[in-house]
Amino acid sequence: MTNQEIYDKLKAAYGGAIGSFHEQAGSAYMTRTSSYADIVEYSQIAQICQYLRDEPTLEFDNLNCLSCDDNGDKTLSVVYHMESLSLKHYFALKVTVPIDNPVVPTVTRVWASANWHEREGWDMIGIKFNEHPDLRRILLDDDWVGHPLRKDYKEPEFYRGMKVGY
Amino acid sequence: MGILNKQDDPFGSGNIVITGVDTLLNWSRLSSLWMMGFGLACCAIEMMAASASHYDIGRFGVIPRPSPRQSDMMLISGTVTLKMATRTKILYEQMPDPKYIISMGSCSNCGGPYWEHGYHVLKGVDRIIPVDVYVPGCPPRPEALLEGLMKLQDKVRRQSIARTAV
Repeated sequence: MTNQEIYDKLKAAYGGAIGSFHEQAGSAYMTRTSSYADIVEYSQIAQICQYLRDEPTLEFDNLNCLSCDDNGDKTLSVVYHMESLSLKHYFALKVTVPIDNPVVPTVTRVWASANWHEREGWDMIGIKFNEHPDLRRILLDDDWVGHPLRKDYKEPEFYRGMKVGY
Repeated sequence: MGILNKQDDPFGSGNIVITGVDTLLNWSRLSSLWMMGFGLACCAIEMMAASASHYDIGRFGVIPRPSPRQSDMMLISGTVTLKMATRTKILYEQMPDPKYIISMGSCSNCGGPYWEHGYHVLKGVDRIIPVDVYVPGCPPRPEALLEGLMKLQDKVRRQSIARTAV
């Protein structure tokens, strides 16, 4: 299936919850693996992912990557790259949330491999994945303050009595 | 140190060595600098290369130990993150005296490439524990590490257990 066909199928199933389709520029490989659809109703992301995994003609059985961004315009994004190992096609979804209330439903019940990716997203960018089974920091220590990959992050002067600056 | 010949030996056995206490202690210490077996980052790969048969750090009496209680020397091989810094200090405190530190590579010397934007990196391990020898490089080659080890041996050779005049 081409990316456009996957998008059309998704759009037919979920209608208004699905935003526009973005074709990734670059090589054929890039276009195939990274073309993505915006998800407007991000409260439905778990159901949409469930559909993409369970629909026999789509069968996205593998979540390649789940990554988070700070867009610098008071919004944060979550990008889901997925692949069907059986049908050999790819797709990606993108969710954009306001920085004041960055809550996105978890997809760990669809793909268990999302667990650590979502923990990293929480640790680095500060997106709260609702109903995640174990949303702790994964890289930094538990007593760290703030989310360092946010654009407005200020590094602390001291951490546990150790000077942080050069 | 000198070996008495049989004629001068009052004990008649021919197995007597004469030396100073400092010389003997220093010789034994510098010839068996047991190393705490832990690596922090990519420098640890070079440390492992130095330990393997090509460079064979074992010929200098360096044996990796799995416990800080049995170690004489700690090799800080790589980036000291703030999370690891707390643990590194605890490990250092668990080592029995006399104990020595070799700081290997730019990261543990001064923060290295993380000096400006490394919110999570301690800018030099000497901010938390005393360092005896700094080995520059990113990462240093095994030869450089061996040179650093020999510098540490020179330092141990000059020690004295006598109280020095203040």
